[in-house]
Amino acid sequence: MATRAVITLPTAIKAGQAFEVRATVAHAMETGYRSSDEGVRLPRDLVRRFECRLDGELVFAADLFAAISANPYLAFWLRADKPGELSFIWRGDNGFEHRETRPLTVA
Amino acid sequence: MRSAWLLLLAVALAAHADDRRSGRETMSPALRTLQADDAQHPAQLALALGREQWAAGARSCASCHGEPEKLRGAATRYPAWDQGIVDLPGRIQRCRVKHQQQPAWAPEAEPLLALSALVAQQSRGLPLRPPLGPELDQAAARGQRIYTTRIGALNLSCAQCHDERAGLRLGGSLIPQGHVDDYPVYRLEWQSLGSLQRRLRGCASGVRAKVWDWDSAELLALQTYLARRSAGLTMQPPGVRP
Amino acid sequence: MRRREFVIAASAFALLPEAKASDAAMRTAIRAWAGREPEAGVLKIEIAELVENGNAVPVRVAASEPVAALALFTPLNPEPDVVQVAFGAASAKPEFSTRMRLARSQRIVAVARAADGRCWQAGVDVIVTLAACVEP
Repeated sequence: MATRAVITLPTAIKAGQAFEVRATVAHAMETGYRSSDEGVRLPRDLVRRFECRLDGELVFAADLFAAISANPYLAFWLRADKPGELSFIWRGDNGFEHRETRPLTVA
Repeated sequence: MRSAWLLLLAVALAAHADDRRSGRETMSPALRTLQADDAQHPAQLALALGREQWAAGARSCASCHGEPEKLRGAATRYPAWDQGIVDLPGRIQRCRVKHQQQPAWAPEAEPLLALSALVAQQSRGLPLRPPLGPELDQAAARGQRIYTTRIGALNLSCAQCHDERAGLRLGGSLIPQGHVDDYPVYRLEWQSLGSLQRRLRGCASGVRAKVWDWDSAELLALQTYLARRSAGLTMQPPGVRP
Repeated sequence: MRRREFVIAASAFALLPEAKASDAAMRTAIRAWAGREPEAGVLKIEIAELVENGNAVPVRVAASEPVAALALFTPLNPEPDVVQVAFGAASAKPEFSTRMRLARSQRIVAVARAADGRCWQAGVDVIVTLAACVEP
């Protein structure tokens, strides 16, 4: 299965200390303003929504628009006291959906 | 003793006044960070795909080569001569066809770029060391002729921009010296990773010249010359460029 | 020494005649998201002053107060919205980073919204140039 997302976070976090999460998903983020080499307008096709949950609870969400670059990249900071599971979901046009999960280990 | 020798070498090189500068140095700090920080690098996805591709299938790359890390240094030695001039993507294609019994990929195919990026990345921090030899020397000479010949409706040679006017500005951007130390590069203009051949074809169309075919003798000769022109520079692939 | 401004559209955003890019469209979008006209302050935007290619511009927005949501807007892209983020309980800092597209040189605006409805905004000027050699 081809890698469709890359997520970076510390291998182990310190309880109560802020850590950064970086998430990128493979997606052209076609704006709808470009034309192919043959002059045909490429239709809009965007990732619209990103959500990150810690043990099911929403901790970070983003609504994305055409002005976000291809392969949308988001970085944000979280804090946790105990181990858990981070889940990520991207949703977009034409039924686009991609999910990832990562364990959260506390040092 | 070894450190003394290295020091001597460093002094000797410095005394030779190497004016060559990687394209990294003409970029803004923001773009330099994009290239230097693996967690932000726009080619992350391609590198992850490359690792997957490396291990995929019955006759995977891994089955012959082991871990990608084993190929440290390999990317510094291209273009090479092996019954024809071959660049790194070309070598990967040959492996695919001959040893994996798979059809060759189209130029710039996603998995081909991903593998090129992965293999090139293993040589990060190493100097470019293109090989020598009679056929390669001949190709390099031909490449140098191409490099210094005016082409296209704009009637420009590579040398005019990248040798004579490097460091000056064209439309607000600094003209780079055009080194080949960081290929494949994620070019923001392309919004994707691309090979040196793609970049050179883009240059040709940029001056409204007839674009050389993929893997043509002209392109491979030009690449052979360019690798020698950049020999000794530290590689930092995959690169990021505007 | 005065810097000349090069205003060139990045390839992702070849401006169409019908695009209603304007400062007024942005102000409308900001008021719609914030619920009111935001005050100045509280926000910091980190972005390069001079951008070599408008296709992928790294940007970081940070608030000096705990806020519930942050958003970015542009006056001169084809559309004013860029991104809108919301923070949950486990958020550690009221900030985020992303990579955005800039069609041309302009003043981008970040807006923050606190849980009690207070809003702030800040702007920064960005100059966008094109790569020296452009493939047609």
